[in-house]
Amino acid sequence: MRALVAVKRVIDYNVKIRVKADQSGVETANVKFSVNPFDEIAIEEAVRLKEAGIVSEVVAVSIGPSEAQEVLRSALALGADSAILVETNGETQPLAVAKILKALAVRQSPQLIILGKQAIDDDSNQTGQMLAALLGWPQGTFASKLVVKDGRAEVTREIDGGLETVSLALPAVVTTDLRLNEPRYANLPNIMKAKRKPFEIIPAADLGLDLAPRLITLRVDAPPKRQAGVKVPDVAALVDKLKTEAKVI
Amino acid sequence: MNVLVLAEHDGHVLKPATRNAVAAAALLGGPVHLLVVGYDVGAVAEAGAAVAGIEKVLLADDPRYAHLLAETVAPLLTGLAEDYGALLAAATTFGKNALPRVAATLDVQQISEICAVVSPDTFVRPIYAGNALATVQSKDARKVITVRATAFEPAAPSGGMATIVPIAPAPTAADVFFVRQALTASERPELTAASIVISGGRGMQSAENFSTYIEPIADKLGAAVGASRAAVDAGYAPNDWQVGQTGKNVAPQLYIAVGISGAIQHLAGMGESKIIVAINKDEDAPIFQVADYGLVADLFQALPELNAVLNRPNTNSH
Repeated sequence: MRALVAVKRVIDYNVKIRVKADQSGVETANVKFSVNPFDEIAIEEAVRLKEAGIVSEVVAVSIGPSEAQEVLRSALALGADSAILVETNGETQPLAVAKILKALAVRQSPQLIILGKQAIDDDSNQTGQMLAALLGWPQGTFASKLVVKDGRAEVTREIDGGLETVSLALPAVVTTDLRLNEPRYANLPNIMKAKRKPFEIIPAADLGLDLAPRLITLRVDAPPKRQAGVKVPDVAALVDKLKTEAKVI
Repeated sequence: MNVLVLAEHDGHVLKPATRNAVAAAALLGGPVHLLVVGYDVGAVAEAGAAVAGIEKVLLADDPRYAHLLAETVAPLLTGLAEDYGALLAAATTFGKNALPRVAATLDVQQISEICAVVSPDTFVRPIYAGNALATVQSKDARKVITVRATAFEPAAPSGGMATIVPIAPAPTAADVFFVRQALTASERPELTAASIVISGGRGMQSAENFSTYIEPIADKLGAAVGASRAAVDAGYAPNDWQVGQTGKNVAPQLYIAVGISGAIQHLAGMGESKIIVAINKDEDAPIFQVADYGLVADLFQALPELNAVLNRPNTNSH
Protein backbone atom coordinates (compact mmCIF):
# COMPACT_ATOMS: atom_id res chain seq x y z
CA MET A 1 0.00 0.00 0.00
CA ARG A 2 1.10 3.49 -0.79
CA ALA A 3 1.26 6.30 1.78
CA LEU A 4 1.26 9.98 0.90
CA VAL A 5 2.86 12.42 3.33
CA ALA A 6 2.39 16.17 3.14
CA VAL A 7 5.37 18.32 4.11
CA LYS A 8 5.31 22.08 4.56
CA ARG A 9 8.28 24.44 4.50
CA VAL A 10 7.95 26.83 7.43
CA ILE A 11 10.08 29.30 9.34
CA ASP A 12 12.19 27.23 11.72
CA TYR A 13 10.76 26.58 15.17
CA ASN A 14 13.66 28.39 16.85
CA VAL A 15 13.55 31.61 14.82
CA LYS A 16 12.33 34.66 16.66
CA ILE A 17 9.42 35.95 14.58
CA ARG A 18 9.50 39.63 13.63
CA VAL A 19 6.58 41.52 12.17
CA LYS A 20 7.55 43.63 9.14
CA ALA A 21 7.60 47.38 9.65
CA ASP A 22 4.93 47.87 6.95
CA GLN A 23 2.67 45.36 8.75
CA SER A 24 2.26 43.27 5.60
CA GLY A 25 3.45 40.07 7.22
CA VAL A 26 6.40 38.63 9.10
CA GLU A 27 10.04 38.94 8.10
CA THR A 28 11.10 35.99 5.93
CA ALA A 29 14.31 37.36 4.43
CA ASN A 30 17.50 35.76 5.79
CA VAL A 31 15.48 33.50 8.02
CA LYS A 32 16.04 29.77 8.44
CA PHE A 33 13.29 27.51 7.07
CA SER A 34 12.71 23.87 8.00
CA VAL A 35 10.22 21.06 7.73
CA ASN A 36 7.12 21.81 9.80
CA PRO A 37 7.75 19.78 13.02
CA PHE A 38 4.40 17.98 12.86
CA ASP A 39 5.16 16.95 9.27
CA GLU A 40 8.46 15.42 10.39
CA ILE A 41 6.39 13.24 12.70
CA ALA A 42 4.18 12.37 9.70
CA ILE A 43 7.20 11.32 7.62
CA GLU A 44 8.56 9.25 10.50
CA GLU A 45 5.24 7.45 10.95
CA ALA A 46 5.00 6.60 7.26
CA VAL A 47 8.58 5.36 7.19
CA ARG A 48 7.97 3.20 10.27
CA LEU A 49 4.91 1.68 8.57
CA LYS A 50 7.12 0.89 5.61
CA GLU A 51 9.77 -0.66 7.83
CA ALA A 52 7.03 -2.76 9.44
CA GLY A 53 6.07 -4.05 5.99
CA ILE A 54 2.61 -2.47 6.08
CA VAL A 55 3.29 0.34 3.63
CA SER A 56 5.21 -0.44 0.46
CA GLU A 57 5.93 3.07 -0.77
CA VAL A 58 6.09 6.53 0.83
CA VAL A 59 5.50 9.56 -1.40
CA ALA A 60 6.32 12.96 0.10
CA VAL A 61 4.47 15.99 -1.25
CA SER A 62 5.06 19.67 -0.72
CA ILE A 63 3.33 22.76 -2.06
CA GLY A 64 5.23 25.99 -2.27
CA PRO A 65 8.08 27.84 -3.92
CA SER A 66 11.11 26.23 -5.53
CA GLU A 67 12.92 26.39 -2.16
CA ALA A 68 10.45 23.82 -0.81
CA GLN A 69 12.56 21.22 -2.64
CA GLU A 70 14.79 21.33 0.44
CA VAL A 71 12.10 20.03 2.79
CA LEU A 72 11.32 17.26 0.32
CA ARG A 73 15.02 16.33 0.22
CA SER A 74 14.82 16.08 4.00
CA ALA A 75 11.80 13.80 3.69
CA LEU A 76 13.67 11.61 1.20
CA ALA A 77 16.68 11.47 3.51
CA LEU A 78 14.41 10.31 6.33
CA GLY A 79 13.14 7.44 4.20
CA ALA A 80 10.47 8.62 1.77
CA ASP A 81 10.78 6.86 -1.61
CA SER A 82 9.86 9.70 -3.94
CA ALA A 83 8.86 13.34 -3.81
CA ILE A 84 6.48 15.66 -5.60
CA LEU A 85 6.67 19.44 -5.39
CA VAL A 86 3.62 21.34 -6.55
CA GLU A 87 5.32 24.61 -7.29
CA THR A 88 3.61 27.91 -6.66
CA ASN A 89 4.83 31.31 -5.61
CA GLY A 90 1.44 32.48 -4.49
CA GLU A 91 -0.03 32.10 -1.02
CA THR A 92 -1.80 28.75 -0.74
CA GLN A 93 -4.34 28.60 2.06
CA PRO A 94 -5.49 25.31 3.64
CA LEU A 95 -8.52 24.86 1.34
CA ALA A 96 -6.32 25.28 -1.74
CA VAL A 97 -3.71 22.91 -0.30
CA ALA A 98 -6.42 20.34 0.37
CA LYS A 99 -7.60 20.66 -3.24
CA ILE A 100 -4.07 20.11 -4.55
CA LEU A 101 -3.53 17.11 -2.27
CA LYS A 102 -6.86 15.68 -3.40
CA ALA A 103 -5.75 15.96 -7.03
CA LEU A 104 -2.51 14.14 -6.19
CA ALA A 105 -4.40 11.49 -4.20
CA VAL A 106 -6.58 10.80 -7.22
CA ARG A 107 -3.42 10.26 -9.32
CA GLN A 108 -1.50 8.27 -6.72
CA SER A 109 -4.30 6.25 -5.09
CA PRO A 110 -2.72 6.09 -1.62
CA GLN A 111 -4.44 4.09 1.11
CA LEU A 112 -3.18 6.46 3.76
CA ILE A 113 -2.41 10.17 3.75
CA ILE A 114 -0.51 11.43 6.78
CA LEU A 115 -0.17 15.16 7.54
CA GLY A 116 0.92 17.23 10.50
CA LYS A 117 -2.04 18.42 12.58
CA GLN A 118 -1.04 22.03 12.02
CA ALA A 119 1.70 24.12 10.47
CA ILE A 120 3.52 26.31 12.96
CA ASP A 121 3.35 29.36 10.68
CA ASP A 122 -0.37 29.97 10.10
CA ASP A 123 -1.49 27.63 12.95
CA SER A 124 -4.67 26.83 10.98
CA ASN A 125 -5.11 23.14 11.84
CA GLN A 126 -7.40 22.54 8.84
CA THR A 127 -5.72 20.84 5.89
CA GLY A 128 -6.06 17.18 6.93
CA GLN A 129 -9.71 17.54 7.86
CA MET A 130 -10.45 19.43 4.64
CA LEU A 131 -8.66 16.83 2.53
CA ALA A 132 -10.65 14.04 4.19
CA ALA A 133 -13.87 15.94 3.48
CA LEU A 134 -13.02 16.54 -0.18
CA LEU A 135 -12.10 12.87 -0.66
CA GLY A 136 -15.07 11.62 1.40
CA TRP A 137 -12.62 9.65 3.55
CA PRO A 138 -12.64 9.18 7.32
CA GLN A 139 -10.17 11.18 9.37
CA GLY A 140 -8.06 10.44 12.42
CA THR A 141 -6.80 13.80 13.63
CA PHE A 142 -4.29 14.63 16.40
CA ALA A 143 -3.03 11.05 16.40
CA SER A 144 -0.84 9.79 19.21
CA LYS A 145 -1.01 6.17 18.06
CA LEU A 146 -1.68 4.55 14.70
CA VAL A 147 -2.26 0.85 14.09
CA VAL A 148 -2.93 -0.26 10.50
CA LYS A 149 -4.32 -3.73 9.92
CA ASP A 150 -7.06 -5.62 8.07
CA GLY A 151 -7.89 -2.68 5.84
CA ARG A 152 -8.50 -0.32 8.75
CA ALA A 153 -6.54 2.26 10.71
CA GLU A 154 -7.07 2.40 14.44
CA VAL A 155 -6.15 5.89 15.53
CA THR A 156 -5.76 7.02 19.12
CA ARG A 157 -6.42 10.75 19.24
CA GLU A 158 -5.33 13.44 21.69
CA ILE A 159 -8.54 15.15 22.76
CA ASP A 160 -9.32 17.65 25.51
CA GLY A 161 -9.41 15.63 28.69
CA GLY A 162 -7.70 12.50 27.44
CA LEU A 163 -7.59 10.06 24.55
CA GLU A 164 -10.12 8.75 22.05
CA THR A 165 -9.69 5.79 19.74
CA VAL A 166 -11.50 5.53 16.42
CA SER A 167 -11.42 2.91 13.70
CA LEU A 168 -11.25 4.16 10.11
CA ALA A 169 -11.73 2.18 6.93
CA LEU A 170 -8.84 2.72 4.51
CA PRO A 171 -8.23 4.86 2.56
CA ALA A 172 -8.08 7.42 5.33
CA VAL A 173 -6.44 10.66 6.42
CA VAL A 174 -4.40 10.84 9.61
CA THR A 175 -2.95 13.97 11.20
CA THR A 176 -0.13 13.76 13.70
CA ASP A 177 0.17 15.04 17.23
CA LEU A 178 3.40 15.40 19.18
CA ARG A 179 3.49 12.08 20.93
CA LEU A 180 2.94 9.86 17.89
CA ASN A 181 6.66 9.23 17.53
CA GLU A 182 10.07 10.81 17.85
CA PRO A 183 11.45 11.54 14.38
CA ARG A 184 14.88 10.17 13.55
CA TYR A 185 17.79 12.22 12.27
CA ALA A 186 18.94 11.75 8.70
CA ASN A 187 22.44 10.27 8.40
CA LEU A 188 24.94 11.13 5.69
CA PRO A 189 24.52 7.96 3.55
CA ASN A 190 20.76 8.53 3.49
CA ILE A 191 21.20 12.21 2.63
CA MET A 192 23.37 11.11 -0.31
CA LYS A 193 20.91 8.41 -1.33
CA ALA A 194 18.08 10.96 -1.25
CA LYS A 195 19.70 12.84 -4.12
CA ARG A 196 19.06 9.92 -6.46
CA LYS A 197 15.42 9.30 -5.53
CA PRO A 198 12.62 10.23 -7.98
CA PHE A 199 11.63 13.88 -7.73
CA GLU A 200 8.79 15.40 -9.71
CA ILE A 201 7.93 19.09 -9.97
CA ILE A 202 4.43 20.06 -11.08
CA PRO A 203 3.49 23.71 -11.67
CA ALA A 204 0.38 24.35 -9.56
CA ALA A 205 -1.31 26.06 -12.50
CA ASP A 206 -1.20 22.76 -14.43
CA LEU A 207 -3.68 21.23 -12.00
CA GLY A 208 -6.47 23.54 -13.16
CA LEU A 209 -7.78 24.24 -9.65
CA ASP A 210 -9.17 27.36 -8.00
CA LEU A 211 -6.32 28.14 -5.64
CA ALA A 212 -6.97 31.85 -5.07
CA PRO A 213 -6.76 32.90 -1.41
CA ARG A 214 -10.14 33.47 0.19
CA LEU A 215 -8.71 35.24 3.20
CA ILE A 216 -7.10 38.58 2.52
CA THR A 217 -4.55 39.61 5.12
CA LEU A 218 -5.24 43.28 5.80
CA ARG A 219 -2.47 43.74 8.31
CA VAL A 220 -0.18 41.90 10.68
CA ASP A 221 0.65 43.31 14.10
CA ALA A 222 3.05 42.38 16.83
CA PRO A 223 1.14 41.19 19.89
CA PRO A 224 0.80 43.67 22.77
CA LYS A 225 3.79 43.43 25.07
CA ARG A 226 3.21 42.42 28.63
CA GLN A 227 5.14 44.44 31.20
CA ALA A 228 7.38 42.61 33.60
CA GLY A 229 6.28 43.06 37.21
CA VAL A 230 8.28 42.81 40.39
CA LYS A 231 10.50 40.20 41.98
CA VAL A 232 9.46 39.09 45.43
CA PRO A 233 12.04 37.95 47.99
CA ASP A 234 10.28 34.86 49.33
CA VAL A 235 7.14 32.75 49.39
CA ALA A 236 5.55 34.73 52.23
CA ALA A 237 5.91 37.96 50.26
CA LEU A 238 4.48 36.27 47.17
CA VAL A 239 1.40 35.02 49.00
CA ASP A 240 0.94 38.42 50.60
CA LYS A 241 1.02 40.13 47.18
CA LEU A 242 -1.46 37.64 45.74
CA LYS A 243 -3.83 38.13 48.65
CA THR A 244 -3.67 41.85 49.26
CA GLU A 245 -2.47 43.44 46.02
CA ALA A 246 -3.70 41.19 43.20
CA LYS A 247 -6.53 39.72 45.29
CA VAL A 248 -6.55 36.51 43.30
CA ILE A 249 -6.33 33.97 46.14
CA MET B 1 -27.73 36.99 8.83
CA ASN B 2 -28.42 34.02 11.12
CA VAL B 3 -25.44 32.54 12.88
CA LEU B 4 -25.15 28.92 14.02
CA VAL B 5 -22.91 27.78 16.88
CA LEU B 6 -22.01 24.11 17.31
CA ALA B 7 -22.45 23.21 20.99
CA GLU B 8 -19.82 21.20 22.79
CA HIS B 9 -20.83 18.87 25.61
CA ASP B 10 -19.93 15.61 27.29
CA GLY B 11 -23.39 14.09 26.97
CA HIS B 12 -24.56 15.75 30.18
CA VAL B 13 -23.14 19.23 30.52
CA LEU B 14 -22.79 22.07 28.04
CA LYS B 15 -19.05 22.90 27.94
CA PRO B 16 -18.29 26.49 28.99
CA ALA B 17 -16.27 27.16 25.80
CA THR B 18 -19.57 27.01 23.91
CA ARG B 19 -20.66 30.19 25.68
CA ASN B 20 -17.47 31.96 24.60
CA ALA B 21 -18.23 30.94 21.01
CA VAL B 22 -21.79 32.26 21.43
CA ALA B 23 -20.35 35.59 22.58
CA ALA B 24 -18.20 35.78 19.44
CA ALA B 25 -21.18 34.78 17.28
CA ALA B 26 -23.28 37.59 18.77
CA LEU B 27 -20.71 40.10 17.48
CA LEU B 28 -21.51 39.03 13.91
CA GLY B 29 -24.87 40.72 14.17
CA GLY B 30 -27.62 38.26 13.40
CA PRO B 31 -29.74 35.99 15.60
CA VAL B 32 -27.65 33.23 17.18
CA HIS B 33 -28.83 29.63 17.01
CA LEU B 34 -27.22 26.69 18.78
CA LEU B 35 -26.86 23.20 17.36
CA VAL B 36 -26.82 20.44 19.97
CA VAL B 37 -25.86 17.03 18.57
CA GLY B 38 -25.81 13.92 20.72
CA TYR B 39 -27.81 11.06 22.15
CA ASP B 40 -30.16 11.62 25.07
CA VAL B 41 -28.93 15.18 25.43
CA GLY B 42 -32.18 16.95 26.30
CA ALA B 43 -30.49 18.42 29.38
CA VAL B 44 -27.73 19.91 27.24
CA ALA B 45 -30.33 21.47 24.93
CA GLU B 46 -32.12 22.93 27.99
CA ALA B 47 -28.86 24.42 29.21
CA GLY B 48 -28.24 25.83 25.73
CA ALA B 49 -31.71 27.34 25.58
CA ALA B 50 -31.00 29.20 28.82
CA VAL B 51 -27.79 30.83 27.54
CA ALA B 52 -28.26 34.56 27.07
CA GLY B 53 -28.47 35.65 23.46
CA ILE B 54 -29.53 32.36 21.88
CA GLU B 55 -32.81 32.50 19.97
CA LYS B 56 -33.21 28.92 18.91
CA VAL B 57 -31.69 25.56 19.79
CA LEU B 58 -31.59 22.91 17.08
CA LEU B 59 -31.48 19.47 18.68
CA ALA B 60 -30.27 16.43 16.73
CA ASP B 61 -30.81 13.67 19.28
CA ASP B 62 -30.13 10.22 17.92
CA PRO B 63 -28.31 7.00 18.95
CA ARG B 64 -25.87 7.50 16.07
CA TYR B 65 -24.58 10.59 17.89
CA ALA B 66 -23.78 8.72 21.12
CA HIS B 67 -20.13 9.39 20.23
CA LEU B 68 -19.46 12.52 18.26
CA LEU B 69 -17.25 12.04 15.24
CA ALA B 70 -16.35 14.70 12.68
CA GLU B 71 -17.68 12.39 9.98
CA THR B 72 -21.16 12.32 11.54
CA VAL B 73 -21.38 15.88 12.87
CA ALA B 74 -20.13 17.65 9.73
CA PRO B 75 -22.97 16.50 7.43
CA LEU B 76 -25.51 17.94 9.87
CA LEU B 77 -23.83 21.34 9.73
CA THR B 78 -23.37 21.33 5.97
CA GLY B 79 -27.05 20.40 5.61
CA LEU B 80 -28.08 23.38 7.75
CA ALA B 81 -25.56 25.82 6.25
CA GLU B 82 -27.92 27.27 3.66
CA ASP B 83 -29.90 29.06 6.39
CA TYR B 84 -26.84 30.62 7.99
CA GLY B 85 -24.34 33.31 7.14
CA ALA B 86 -21.79 31.93 9.58
CA LEU B 87 -21.06 28.64 11.35
CA LEU B 88 -18.96 28.75 14.51
CA ALA B 89 -17.47 26.43 17.10
CA ALA B 90 -15.03 26.84 19.95
CA ALA B 91 -11.45 26.03 18.93
CA THR B 92 -11.30 22.94 21.14
CA THR B 93 -10.15 19.56 19.85
CA PHE B 94 -13.82 18.86 19.06
CA GLY B 95 -14.35 22.06 17.09
CA LYS B 96 -10.97 21.85 15.38
CA ASN B 97 -11.73 18.31 14.26
CA ALA B 98 -15.20 18.91 12.88
CA LEU B 99 -15.34 22.41 11.43
CA PRO B 100 -12.71 22.22 8.64
CA ARG B 101 -14.62 19.20 7.33
CA VAL B 102 -17.69 21.40 7.10
CA ALA B 103 -15.79 24.29 5.54
CA ALA B 104 -14.21 22.18 2.79
CA THR B 105 -17.54 20.61 1.87
CA LEU B 106 -19.00 24.13 1.55
CA ASP B 107 -15.92 25.29 -0.41
CA VAL B 108 -15.16 27.84 2.29
CA GLN B 109 -11.76 28.80 3.67
CA GLN B 110 -12.21 28.48 7.43
CA ILE B 111 -10.95 31.20 9.75
CA SER B 112 -9.26 29.43 12.66
CA GLU B 113 -9.11 30.56 16.27
CA ILE B 114 -10.30 34.12 15.93
CA CYS B 115 -9.47 36.30 18.93
CA ALA B 116 -11.42 39.40 17.82
CA VAL B 117 -14.29 40.31 15.50
CA VAL B 118 -13.53 43.53 13.60
CA SER B 119 -16.63 43.33 11.40
CA PRO B 120 -18.83 40.47 10.17
CA ASP B 121 -16.23 39.58 7.52
CA THR B 122 -13.00 40.70 9.21
CA PHE B 123 -11.31 38.98 12.12
CA VAL B 124 -8.10 38.95 14.09
CA ARG B 125 -6.32 35.63 14.58
CA PRO B 126 -2.97 34.70 16.07
CA ILE B 127 -0.31 33.24 13.78
CA TYR B 128 3.22 32.00 14.52
CA ALA B 129 2.25 30.85 18.02
CA GLY B 130 0.83 34.25 18.82
CA ASN B 131 4.02 36.06 17.83
CA ALA B 132 1.93 37.96 15.32
CA LEU B 133 -1.73 38.86 15.00
CA ALA B 134 -3.20 38.80 11.50
CA THR B 135 -6.27 40.81 10.59
CA VAL B 136 -7.97 38.85 7.81
CA GLN B 137 -10.96 39.55 5.63
CA SER B 138 -12.96 36.62 4.32
CA LYS B 139 -14.09 36.69 0.69
CA ASP B 140 -16.37 33.70 1.18
CA ALA B 141 -20.10 34.43 1.21
CA ARG B 142 -20.53 32.09 4.18
CA LYS B 143 -18.09 32.11 7.10
CA VAL B 144 -16.83 29.07 8.96
CA ILE B 145 -15.03 30.11 12.13
CA THR B 146 -13.41 28.57 15.18
CA VAL B 147 -13.16 30.77 18.24
CA ARG B 148 -10.32 31.10 20.74
CA ALA B 149 -12.50 30.83 23.83
CA THR B 150 -10.22 32.80 26.16
CA ALA B 151 -10.45 35.87 23.92
CA PHE B 152 -14.20 36.37 24.43
CA GLU B 153 -16.14 36.91 27.65
CA PRO B 154 -18.64 34.04 27.82
CA ALA B 155 -22.35 34.65 27.27
CA ALA B 156 -24.27 34.37 30.55
CA PRO B 157 -25.45 30.81 31.30
CA SER B 158 -28.94 32.02 32.18
CA GLY B 159 -31.42 34.62 31.02
CA GLY B 160 -32.09 33.11 27.60
CA MET B 161 -35.42 31.57 26.66
CA ALA B 162 -34.72 29.90 23.33
CA THR B 163 -37.11 27.44 21.77
CA ILE B 164 -35.81 23.91 21.24
CA VAL B 165 -36.49 22.51 17.77
CA PRO B 166 -35.76 18.84 17.09
CA ILE B 167 -34.07 18.15 13.74
CA ALA B 168 -33.51 14.91 11.86
CA PRO B 169 -30.10 13.23 11.81
CA ALA B 170 -28.03 13.54 8.63
CA PRO B 171 -26.65 10.56 6.72
CA THR B 172 -22.89 9.99 6.77
CA ALA B 173 -20.90 8.23 4.09
CA ALA B 174 -17.56 7.64 5.77
CA ASP B 175 -16.84 4.22 7.26
CA VAL B 176 -15.65 5.07 10.76
CA PHE B 177 -16.59 4.00 14.26
CA PHE B 178 -15.81 4.93 17.82
CA VAL B 179 -13.71 2.38 19.70
CA ARG B 180 -13.05 3.80 23.15
CA GLN B 181 -12.34 6.89 25.15
CA ALA B 182 -9.94 7.22 28.07
CA LEU B 183 -10.56 10.48 29.85
CA THR B 184 -8.38 11.61 32.69
CA ALA B 185 -10.49 11.36 35.83
CA SER B 186 -10.02 14.55 37.77
CA GLU B 187 -11.86 16.44 40.45
CA ARG B 188 -10.01 19.58 39.42
CA PRO B 189 -11.53 22.25 37.20
CA GLU B 190 -11.02 22.03 33.47
CA LEU B 191 -7.77 23.66 32.39
CA THR B 192 -9.31 26.11 29.94
CA ALA B 193 -12.09 27.14 32.34
CA ALA B 194 -10.19 27.30 35.65
CA SER B 195 -9.73 30.63 37.40
CA ILE B 196 -6.36 29.49 38.76
CA VAL B 197 -3.83 27.38 36.85
CA ILE B 198 -0.53 26.07 38.21
CA SER B 199 1.81 24.70 35.56
CA GLY B 200 5.10 22.87 35.75
CA GLY B 201 7.93 22.77 33.26
CA ARG B 202 11.06 20.78 32.62
CA GLY B 203 12.35 22.00 35.99
CA MET B 204 9.91 19.60 37.68
CA GLN B 205 12.28 16.78 36.68
CA SER B 206 9.73 13.94 36.97
CA ALA B 207 6.07 12.98 36.91
CA GLU B 208 6.34 12.09 40.62
CA ASN B 209 7.39 15.65 41.39
CA PHE B 210 4.24 16.94 39.70
CA SER B 211 2.15 14.88 42.11
CA THR B 212 4.35 15.61 45.13
CA TYR B 213 4.87 19.34 44.67
CA ILE B 214 2.28 20.79 42.26
CA GLU B 215 -0.90 18.82 42.81
CA PRO B 216 -1.33 19.48 46.57
CA ILE B 217 -1.12 23.22 45.89
CA ALA B 218 -3.55 22.91 42.99
CA ASP B 219 -6.03 21.16 45.26
CA LYS B 220 -5.74 23.83 47.94
CA LEU B 221 -6.24 26.64 45.45
CA GLY B 222 -8.95 24.84 43.50
CA ALA B 223 -6.64 25.19 40.52
CA ALA B 224 -6.20 23.22 37.32
CA VAL B 225 -2.78 21.73 36.59
CA GLY B 226 -0.94 22.58 33.39
CA ALA B 227 2.44 21.82 31.88
CA SER B 228 4.87 23.17 29.34
CA ARG B 229 5.56 21.26 26.15
CA ALA B 230 9.01 20.41 27.50
CA ALA B 231 7.44 18.72 30.52
CA VAL B 232 5.01 16.81 28.30
CA ASP B 233 7.76 15.76 25.88
CA ALA B 234 9.84 14.54 28.81
CA GLY B 235 6.90 12.41 29.98
CA TYR B 236 6.37 14.31 33.23
CA ALA B 237 2.80 15.30 32.39
CA PRO B 238 0.00 14.08 30.11
CA ASN B 239 -0.47 15.85 26.79
CA ASP B 240 -3.89 17.26 27.67
CA TRP B 241 -2.18 19.36 30.37
CA GLN B 242 -0.09 21.10 27.75
CA VAL B 243 -0.40 24.88 27.63
CA GLY B 244 0.94 26.68 24.56
CA GLN B 245 0.95 26.81 20.77
CA THR B 246 0.50 23.09 20.33
CA GLY B 247 -1.63 22.62 23.43
CA LYS B 248 -4.30 24.65 25.15
CA ASN B 249 -4.86 28.37 25.55
CA VAL B 250 -5.68 29.53 29.04
CA ALA B 251 -6.45 32.95 30.47
CA PRO B 252 -7.11 32.44 34.19
CA GLN B 253 -7.18 35.07 36.92
CA LEU B 254 -3.93 33.59 38.25
CA TYR B 255 -1.34 31.57 36.37
CA ILE B 256 1.54 30.12 38.35
CA ALA B 257 4.46 28.95 36.19
CA VAL B 258 6.85 26.69 38.06
CA GLY B 259 10.16 25.61 36.58
CA ILE B 260 9.06 26.94 33.19
CA SER B 261 11.64 28.96 31.29
CA GLY B 262 9.01 30.72 29.20
CA ALA B 263 9.57 29.68 25.57
CA ILE B 264 7.52 31.82 23.21
CA GLN B 265 5.40 28.78 22.33
CA HIS B 266 4.39 28.52 26.00
CA LEU B 267 3.77 32.24 26.39
CA ALA B 268 1.42 31.99 23.40
CA GLY B 269 -0.89 29.83 25.48
CA MET B 270 -0.99 31.76 28.76
CA GLY B 271 0.05 35.34 27.98
CA GLU B 272 -3.48 36.65 28.44
CA SER B 273 -3.71 35.50 32.06
CA LYS B 274 -4.65 38.31 34.45
CA ILE B 275 -1.86 37.71 36.95
CA ILE B 276 1.22 35.65 36.16
CA VAL B 277 3.51 34.27 38.86
CA ALA B 278 6.85 32.74 37.91
CA ILE B 279 8.92 30.55 40.20
CA ASN B 280 12.25 29.65 38.68
CA LYS B 281 15.79 29.34 39.97
CA ASP B 282 17.22 30.94 36.81
CA GLU B 283 16.78 34.66 37.28
CA ASP B 284 17.36 35.25 33.55
CA ALA B 285 14.51 32.95 32.49
CA PRO B 286 12.30 34.75 29.91
CA ILE B 287 9.20 33.90 31.96
CA PHE B 288 10.18 36.70 34.37
CA GLN B 289 9.73 39.24 31.55
CA VAL B 290 5.99 38.59 31.52
CA ALA B 291 5.43 37.72 35.19
CA ASP B 292 3.65 40.14 37.50
CA TYR B 293 5.35 38.48 40.45
CA GLY B 294 8.62 36.65 40.07
CA LEU B 295 10.25 34.49 42.70
CA VAL B 296 13.82 33.41 42.00
CA ALA B 297 14.01 30.22 44.01
CA ASP B 298 14.54 26.48 43.92
CA LEU B 299 11.06 25.14 43.29
CA PHE B 300 11.70 22.12 45.51
CA GLN B 301 12.04 24.51 48.45
CA ALA B 302 9.52 27.15 47.35
CA LEU B 303 6.61 24.81 46.62
CA PRO B 304 6.58 23.05 50.03
CA GLU B 305 6.75 26.50 51.64
CA LEU B 306 3.87 27.70 49.49
CA ASN B 307 1.91 24.59 50.37
CA ALA B 308 2.57 25.19 54.08
CA VAL B 309 1.49 28.84 53.90
CA LEU B 310 -1.72 27.83 52.13
CA ASN B 311 -2.32 25.39 54.98
CA ARG B 312 -2.74 28.31 57.31
CA PRO B 313 -5.72 30.17 55.95
CA ASN B 314 -6.17 33.80 56.94
CA THR B 315 -2.89 34.14 58.84
CA ASN B 316 -1.70 36.43 56.09
CA SER B 317 -4.81 38.36 55.37
CA HIS B 318 -5.02 42.00 56.30
